[in-house]
Amino acid sequence: MGPDIDASIALVAIAPFVAAALAPLIHRFTKPLSGWVLALVPAAIFVFLVTLIEPVLATGAIPARIGWVPAYGLDLSFFIDGLSLTFALTISGIGTLIVIYSGAYLAGHPHLGRFLAFLLAFMGAMLGLVLADNMLGLFVFWELTAITSFLLIGFDAVRAAARRGAIQALVITNIGGMALLAGVILVQQLTGTWELSELRGMEDAVRGHGLYGLVLACFIIAAFTKSAQFPLHFWLPNAMEAPTPVSAFLHSATMVQAGVYLLARATPWLGGTVAWTTILVCFGGVTLIWGALGSLRQTDLKQMLAQSTIASLGLLVLLIGLGTQTAIAGMVIYFVAHALYKAGLFMVVGAIDHEAGTREITALGGLSGKMPVTFAAAILAGLSMFGLPPAIAFFAKEEMYLNLLSPHWQDLSVLAVLIAGNALLAAVGALVVIKPFLGPAMPTPKSAHEASVGLLAGPVILGLAGIATALLVGWFGHTVLEPAATAILNEPVESHLTWAIDFTKPVVWLSVATWVLAGLVYRYATTIRTLLRRFETRLGWTADTVFDAVMFGLIRFSGSVTRVLHHGRLELYLVTVFSLMALALMVPLFALGGINALLPTAELGNWAAQLRWPHLAPYEWGVIILALAGLGAIVAAPNRLYSILALGVQGTAVALIFLLFGAPDLAFTQLMVEILSVVILALVMTRLNLDERDHRPFEDWARDGTLALVCGAGVSLLLMVVLSGTLDTRLSDFFIATSVPIAHGANIVNVILVDFRGFDTLGEISVLMAAGISIMVLLRSRRAPVAVGSPVPPAPIAPKIKPEPTQPARAAAAPSAKSTVKGRAKPAPKKPAPKKPAPKKPASEKQAPKSPSSVA
Amino acid sequence: MNTVIFRTIAPLIVSTMLVFSVYVCLRGHNEPGGGFIGGLIAASAIAVLGMASSAAEVRRALRFDPLSIAGFGVLLAGSSGMLSIFNGNPFLTSIWLYLDIAGSVVPLSTPMLFDIGVYLVVFGTLASVVLALESEDGENL
Repeated sequence: MGPDIDASIALVAIAPFVAAALAPLIHRFTKPLSGWVLALVPAAIFVFLVTLIEPVLATGAIPARIGWVPAYGLDLSFFIDGLSLTFALTISGIGTLIVIYSGAYLAGHPHLGRFLAFLLAFMGAMLGLVLADNMLGLFVFWELTAITSFLLIGFDAVRAAARRGAIQALVITNIGGMALLAGVILVQQLTGTWELSELRGMEDAVRGHGLYGLVLACFIIAAFTKSAQFPLHFWLPNAMEAPTPVSAFLHSATMVQAGVYLLARATPWLGGTVAWTTILVCFGGVTLIWGALGSLRQTDLKQMLAQSTIASLGLLVLLIGLGTQTAIAGMVIYFVAHALYKAGLFMVVGAIDHEAGTREITALGGLSGKMPVTFAAAILAGLSMFGLPPAIAFFAKEEMYLNLLSPHWQDLSVLAVLIAGNALLAAVGALVVIKPFLGPAMPTPKSAHEASVGLLAGPVILGLAGIATALLVGWFGHTVLEPAATAILNEPVESHLTWAIDFTKPVVWLSVATWVLAGLVYRYATTIRTLLRRFETRLGWTADTVFDAVMFGLIRFSGSVTRVLHHGRLELYLVTVFSLMALALMVPLFALGGINALLPTAELGNWAAQLRWPHLAPYEWGVIILALAGLGAIVAAPNRLYSILALGVQGTAVALIFLLFGAPDLAFTQLMVEILSVVILALVMTRLNLDERDHRPFEDWARDGTLALVCGAGVSLLLMVVLSGTLDTRLSDFFIATSVPIAHGANIVNVILVDFRGFDTLGEISVLMAAGISIMVLLRSRRAPVAVGSPVPPAPIAPKIKPEPTQPARAAAAPSAKSTVKGRAKPAPKKPAPKKPAPKKPASEKQAPKSPSSVA
Repeated sequence: MNTVIFRTIAPLIVSTMLVFSVYVCLRGHNEPGGGFIGGLIAASAIAVLGMASSAAEVRRALRFDPLSIAGFGVLLAGSSGMLSIFNGNPFLTSIWLYLDIAGSVVPLSTPMLFDIGVYLVVFGTLASVVLALESEDGENL
């Protein structure tokens, strides 16, 4: 295949995203026609894919590949075989109709452009998913469908129910997404390939491996979450909060079918084992019956369809689990039939809702006269859902019943489940089609009339397609069924679909039995609904409530963890940080024997002999004495400002030491940092209205002092250990040798900062800037309540304060600010000690801004 | 702090510090100095000026919000690294240009631009913090 076909196949998945990006812009120009204009994109994709049918029939598969991350050997590879072509045609075909339908359904909606953008992006993700060959590509598109469907379900974001439905869908399907990622990576590790097409011959590498169970679990979780299998089905009905076009698209041919697609795709190398068959058949069967019963319980037309979708998904999973040729053939036909009729019915329901103003089945009736075309479309789709002969779904039923009439009890029980499920679904179909249109006319919130062309085009075309494929069933079997089933089973499958109905075969009578059962269910629908509802209230809980309980539990758990870790007491944060630092310093020193390098244990006894006075010049002694004096002053300082200044003295002494030992750059920087930190600390002190003195109780003082000593000792010991070894000078040699010739700079420190390690520096200055922004945020948020004229309610300690006559506002604000900063602020503000000159400093600073303004 | 002497002397000190900071920044490649130290000196100058007058006045004099200056610094440092893309080298590869202006050779380089970026980030960030701390309660930061 040449690059042209590669590019155009990649374009199938990419073009919808481009269209999505442009959709709001296009909508601005084509307002009422947006749906029709934007539908050109999926329509073009559909036509392009139709031209690929012949080559796929001839060659079996068309690969396409464009470079993605060549450095890691990853390509964005696509792979079109019968299975992916069937899905892609369904997605793009129904997508075209849905886009047209959306334009009419949401006509005049202020965010229609955005909606169409989401819809097209979703379609692109879905097309990419079914066409992807690379499993990582598959995963990326899988997650993209989750994200775009989240946007679509939560489109009506002002309603809490829509938001909840969207979040629920995202949470559940993302659990599956994570499982898929794990499964995909496992498969790659087992087989050494990322390509799905290459996996076909490698079933032994997967099935025979000891980790097969884990791989199977990952893929099944992924598929079951996406395809809403029991007990993870509950997100699907809640996703009905989306506008109807979304439901029609997501729950017929796309989103929920992604799981079915994944299972079908994995069948050749993952399927066929006992575990596979058992799990898929059991869960599929339970989902089928559960969804069908759930559907009968509902009175909202859209909810009925949603629940019946769950049932249909269960049916598809069950058929994949059976894995026989007839079951897979039935699955392919049923997938196409279901996509056609379910999308059509959703659109019909949307049209009823749009024109009549309600979708409660009990409040609707006799619409056939007012909406004849809608009724016709509903009948066409309903024939399919009921599985009557002139519709393609009839053949699906025949195929799935075939070969199940055997003496094995497993086959017979599956057959019973299938008949029951199909009958229930058929009854639901009959209810949805007959109840709103026939019978006595009911008053509706809006006066119902026929829907517009945009609303009707979709259901009518889909309904006709359902009949047309049935009439051309031989062609359908050859061009769709055979390649798709062959791709799923990786062995040639022959279609034997014909119109010749042989009444001597039992299969026909099984179909008849299904219809009879469906008729009975339809007859007693109201009774069954009452019974089901009674059962539900008796049960008292649903998977939905379990989900809520789990989510609330998670939130409570994270809340309690946050309260423990994020208690808001600055002192304890600092204590935690420095305790950990002490541990990090001390534990390796002693546990890993670092201290031994310094002073072997054997010589511990005569440690005094190890002490030597260093030989230092008098001025060096002077600097060290200065540092020690600063240290002593910090501890002995009568108030905080003294401590801060003394800290500066000590730091300056350290800067001098750097200078003396040949690091002028470092000394220079250290000096500037010291100056600035003294200034900033002094400012912070006045700004926070801290007490001038340190009122720590003795136990806090002892704790903090011990921590300080341990940390200091740890750092010193660490440095001594480091210096006791031989220094590896390769790096410094390199820098000394190359600084001038390569980087044209004689100051090695600076050359390292801006050239050799420029990338590090870039990161550091970005962090510095981020830190600056966070400091500003902190200062602003602290300032906010004071700035608006102190509406702060008086703190409990307020009555004890005598407001100073000159600054009442500040006096009231000060204690409350103090209590937020320091957990246990003393009740009465201490008067500044009058004897020292220093305490005046902050006071005068506080008033400083006042005088310039008065002077100026 | 707001004595007449201090207020009179402050502009003199501040302007000297600012000029010195630029000097330190530019000489950094060959002698002790560099963008980081230069930025620290300039930020100290701003702190002094803020004490002598008021934070609002300093902000007016600066014309640009200090944090924007810092942001511009990050941008400058980053984009100086981008220049190497044009001659096909990896990000942050240095480019040197020796300009002959009136007989004396002036070396210009992307590391110099980078260092100026560092200077602006350090200066802008610290200046904004210092000014925020120095500003009055009701003032809009």
